[in-house]
Amino acid sequence: MATLHTPLFEEHKKLGAKFTSFAGWEMPVQYRGVVTEHKAVRASAGLFDVSHMGELIVSGREAEKALNFLTSNDVTKLSDGKAHYSAILNESGGVVDDIIVYRFSSEKYLVCVNAANSTKDYEWLIAHNRFDAQIDDRSAEYAQIAIQGPRSEEILRNVCPDLPALSYFHFAQIELFGAPAVVARTGYTGEDGFEIFLPPALAVQLWRALLTSGEKYGIEPVGLGARDSLRLEPCYPLHGHELSDDISALESGLGWVVKFDKGEFIGRDALLKQKQAGVPRALVGFFIEDAGIARHGDRVYSNSNAVIGHVTSGTKTPTVERALGLALVSAECKAVGTEIELEVRSRRLKARVVKTPFYRRS
Amino acid sequence: MDFPKNYRYTKDHEWVELQGEKATLGITQFAQEELGEIVFVELPSVGDSFSKGDSICVVESTKAASDVYSALGGTVSEVNGILADQPELVNSHPHDKGWLVKLEGVNAAEFEGLMSADEYRNLIESK
Repeated sequence: MATLHTPLFEEHKKLGAKFTSFAGWEMPVQYRGVVTEHKAVRASAGLFDVSHMGELIVSGREAEKALNFLTSNDVTKLSDGKAHYSAILNESGGVVDDIIVYRFSSEKYLVCVNAANSTKDYEWLIAHNRFDAQIDDRSAEYAQIAIQGPRSEEILRNVCPDLPALSYFHFAQIELFGAPAVVARTGYTGEDGFEIFLPPALAVQLWRALLTSGEKYGIEPVGLGARDSLRLEPCYPLHGHELSDDISALESGLGWVVKFDKGEFIGRDALLKQKQAGVPRALVGFFIEDAGIARHGDRVYSNSNAVIGHVTSGTKTPTVERALGLALVSAECKAVGTEIELEVRSRRLKARVVKTPFYRRS
Repeated sequence: MDFPKNYRYTKDHEWVELQGEKATLGITQFAQEELGEIVFVELPSVGDSFSKGDSICVVESTKAASDVYSALGGTVSEVNGILADQPELVNSHPHDKGWLVKLEGVNAAEFEGLMSADEYRNLIESK
């Protein structure tokens, strides 16, 4: 498969980025350094190229009905200009992908999907769509840039002075450099921030304008490395780690975006049964007490040496400054304070289940 | 980049300084730059024995853990304890204060067989 580049690839090279291969794209993993970039986002602002993500448009007379059947959250609760976090579930209640749904009108929605699942999600939705609604993959028509951090709004307003007031999970359609763009108050870092969808031809202009406008605030371009440490601190899940086709949405802690009362949707029956029988596994946060770092795939043991699960994500994070992570474990072991052991290479590290999230913005 | 002339080097970007039958090991400036900001170093225990090429130490960034291979055979006589609190020393001072492990009972012939500073520089520049 050929490697894909976003419209900002040359900009990343100019900024001295180190690259990695992600979902078929060559993406910046870091510029000045993961820790530096992470701290900049929490202290002032960071700029992310997220153009690799997918954008699907669901439109037509039954767009709302279609989405309500195909996703877990209640689409009827959206209004024009509002968005919500949701999941595409399979019949077993597992997560095909986690998504954000944006309502333009009752007959037009944008669904933002993970880069790694773009094609899979599109094909899934097409295969399960039995409504008078059309589903189009418009990913090639959108570049996406995220600005995240406490100074995001000031920096963005310098570039877009006519941006209307936006509350969290709301979005506006604006004219940017003479073309239509969507600015949403959403993000994946746990800080205030915006995600901007715009024509690929304008991506470089916006990227440079935001870096220039943000210079006096100490804005940094941020790669996938810090994107991961940033999302882990507020415990945002990542598909392929905390979420997957064979982990139920209830096990992953997505119960809050599964609306059983909204009517029929794919995965409803399986999850209802699971809720009634007792959800067998749970996602927990842990701090490691011995010296070491646990990572995705490391086995988790109870303190009586039984295998109880595995680490879904783990690292030592720059703001919380501890070796920590998330693990999927047997539900009996999910109580805060539970002592566990993590198998890291051939060592066992003592750890304990802690309250989540690890970080909340002030 | 500056590579001390009295050190020897490996193609896996480790350096060795020989002092009689003792040697000090670390990773090079090139390696620390490739790895990024180091947040944790897993060091061996004093008394552990290693052969040339064994994984002797693990250096970790937020993103990944990387093995450091022993450039020589020997027994660990000392580890750099400061790295527990200041792992970033490996980034800022890879060739001196950020040393990793000291070995004793090393073989001078094994040391001589490693790359010189010039050979190592050629290797990096050809990358």
